[in-house]
Amino acid sequence: MPLDVLDRYLRPLRRGRATSGYPTAAPDLAPAARGLPVLDPAACDLTGACVAACPTGAIEAAPGAWRLDAGKCVMCDACVAVCPTGALHHASGIELAARRRRELVVLQQPAGPRAPQGEPASADDEAGGTAVDLDAAGLRLAEAIRRGVGRSLHVRHLDAGSCNGCDWEVNALLNPYHDVQRFGVDFVASPRHADVLLVTGTMTRNLEEAAVRTYEAMPEPRLVIAVGACAISGGVFAGSYAGRDGIGEVLPVDVLIPGCPPRPEALIQGLLLAMDRWRPRA
Amino acid sequence: MAETATVTLTHVAADGLAAAVGQSVAAGGRYATLVGLDERSVGGKGLAVEAVVMRPGLGLERFRADVPLEGPAYPSVTPVVPAAHWDEREVRDLLGIVPVGHPDPRRLVLHERWPRGYHPLRKDVPAGDRPPLADRRFIPFEVHGEGAYTLPVGPIHAGIIEPGHFRFSAIGERVLHLDARLFFTHRGIEKLAEGRTLEGATPLIERACGVCGVAHGIAWAQAVEAVTVTEVPARALVARVLLAELERLYNHVGDLGNMCAGIGFASGVARLGLLRERLVRANDGLTGHRYLAGIVVPGGLARSLDEAALAALPALVAGIETEVAGAIRAIVRSDGVMARFRATGVVSAETALALGATGVAARASGIDADLRRDLPYAAYGEMAPSVVTASGGDAAARFHVRAQEATESARIVLEAAGRLPAGDERVPLGRATAGDVAVTGVEGPRGASWLWLRAGADGTVDRVRLRSASFANWPVVAAAVPGNLVPDFPLINKSFELCYACTDR
Repeated sequence: MPLDVLDRYLRPLRRGRATSGYPTAAPDLAPAARGLPVLDPAACDLTGACVAACPTGAIEAAPGAWRLDAGKCVMCDACVAVCPTGALHHASGIELAARRRRELVVLQQPAGPRAPQGEPASADDEAGGTAVDLDAAGLRLAEAIRRGVGRSLHVRHLDAGSCNGCDWEVNALLNPYHDVQRFGVDFVASPRHADVLLVTGTMTRNLEEAAVRTYEAMPEPRLVIAVGACAISGGVFAGSYAGRDGIGEVLPVDVLIPGCPPRPEALIQGLLLAMDRWRPRA
Repeated sequence: MAETATVTLTHVAADGLAAAVGQSVAAGGRYATLVGLDERSVGGKGLAVEAVVMRPGLGLERFRADVPLEGPAYPSVTPVVPAAHWDEREVRDLLGIVPVGHPDPRRLVLHERWPRGYHPLRKDVPAGDRPPLADRRFIPFEVHGEGAYTLPVGPIHAGIIEPGHFRFSAIGERVLHLDARLFFTHRGIEKLAEGRTLEGATPLIERACGVCGVAHGIAWAQAVEAVTVTEVPARALVARVLLAELERLYNHVGDLGNMCAGIGFASGVARLGLLRERLVRANDGLTGHRYLAGIVVPGGLARSLDEAALAALPALVAGIETEVAGAIRAIVRSDGVMARFRATGVVSAETALALGATGVAARASGIDADLRRDLPYAAYGEMAPSVVTASGGDAAARFHVRAQEATESARIVLEAAGRLPAGDERVPLGRATAGDVAVTGVEGPRGASWLWLRAGADGTVDRVRLRSASFANWPVVAAAVPGNLVPDFPLINKSFELCYACTDR
């Protein structure tokens, strides 16, 4: 028996480090790993086959403008499979977290046969970052909060009506491979101890009261992170009688992490973004 | 490839439903599912209730009873077949059909904040309709008396887990009764699916649950293939077995680790958590998704399995299986762990049978049932698992059954990878006949899930109901807890390791 106990402690030493090198290294993903698909605007003829194939209505195609909403995309590659010109490509991009909903919309401007003469699609303020920021004051406040929590972050997970995929990925953050505690991030049992509410799911009616009360129980300053397509936009469950189309209808969201579910690396990126510690690799 | 199960449909009078289902179960059948229907979409005038019983070796028996639109009611099946109790409460909430004589008249799926008389699965209720909040309170089942107290827990829990409300009635630390209230994550999937095309509803059904997606995906695909009379290529059928066993493997390995988390045994959690991570990363390499979503579709597979990942899979899975066995040995040799597991959360065979337990929860109580063997689908006819049972019915028995099933799953993964025939992976669907019904059962990581599908006009969904394995097993958890200590609940709960999401839908 003592040998077993000894083995329990010596084994990790023999095995070496199990933890990933993310985020210093790029996420270690297989070629098949599905992230946000990428459009080659030169090859796109705007037939709209992708629009019809998308299960969540994440794609819009108008003359001269093709938009993909990463906040709705479930990364199923159904659009890639139907693209008649091969303009849409499978890709493994998963570092998509953003602070504002509109930053999640990818705008491409294919020439396409249906593009109007002369005038290129207007540099749309919906997707661009240059428009006047009405919420600049709010962002400054958020900056102050992040300065306060930058070195450590206490997270309260809240399932607001998910398929549990996101929750299992949040759970995976604590396994030795992802080991989120190396960033000073830890999960706490009570909202009263939390800096950030990490919310998965659409916000179902049966949970809304409990979710709002959880948020209200948190001390200020407090951040809310929307995890996954459901929390951002309702995902595949948008339009249901049983809930909302995303938690933003009920809670103020500071960071959005796309995916269905977001891989643990994507969750780490979003958490670092919330702490103002995310720096894109060179 | 797989022979289609014989299905019989018997129309019974509303007051004869309970007796008909009861006779079928008494004759050796296993209660499968009960579905509420609004017949107005298929030319009928009223509502209906249909119960399905699986007869091992014989097939499926469907019993249909019409009920009128005005004052819809029928004598409850639950007093005769207790396994129907949640189904009947769900049908009452979602369709307004009252099971007269049901022992628990409380709401189940639509909590008290939903208005009276709102039944979303009625065909005249619009899909996106969000009715105003009602102001009524939950009526808990509590024990009162000298020394007795109640302990409300949830719906928001202290860990990274799904939401549910548990109300313990206890004296000291000893639990007298547990009232489990779920359906907090009810997303209205079945209504959302209605009217969509049979192919278009796939991502929705698959996402009833993030970690049972292959099981539910196969149940869905088979139901659609049945109503569209589509013959799936052999390669896809073997690949479905491969994917289903990969799903069982990562779930079981993770769940064994989570049982250690239930008693705070950190080295077991870390070791098995790391092995589970390696398994889901292998899934990612093979299919592009860590939880195998977006691969099983009606007609076959959505895409090819990654060639390089497939070639590397047998060695990878065999290596992980060896490490899992080592981790299990270390856990089993820890007296402190096994002392907690033994005699905790005991479910007798009688209780498991009466409540319709399924999967590990049933087999650990001595019930020898597994749809992969008893109603073979996909390519299980040629790759039958050896079914593992134990007699203890306690957390230790569920641990052992799960550990041995993980080994067996790894074996089937290797066998399926070796057998994978060349050829097409997907065929176009045939035309569905409106009104056709298919009932499919699939043995997922948590047991048998049943899917009931009726096709609508032009290849759409008229009605779908998914009764997941977790749905069947939750009442068994509630029955396993009384007599145990309150602090043993996390372990008992994790020894079943049920999903809330596919229960609530």
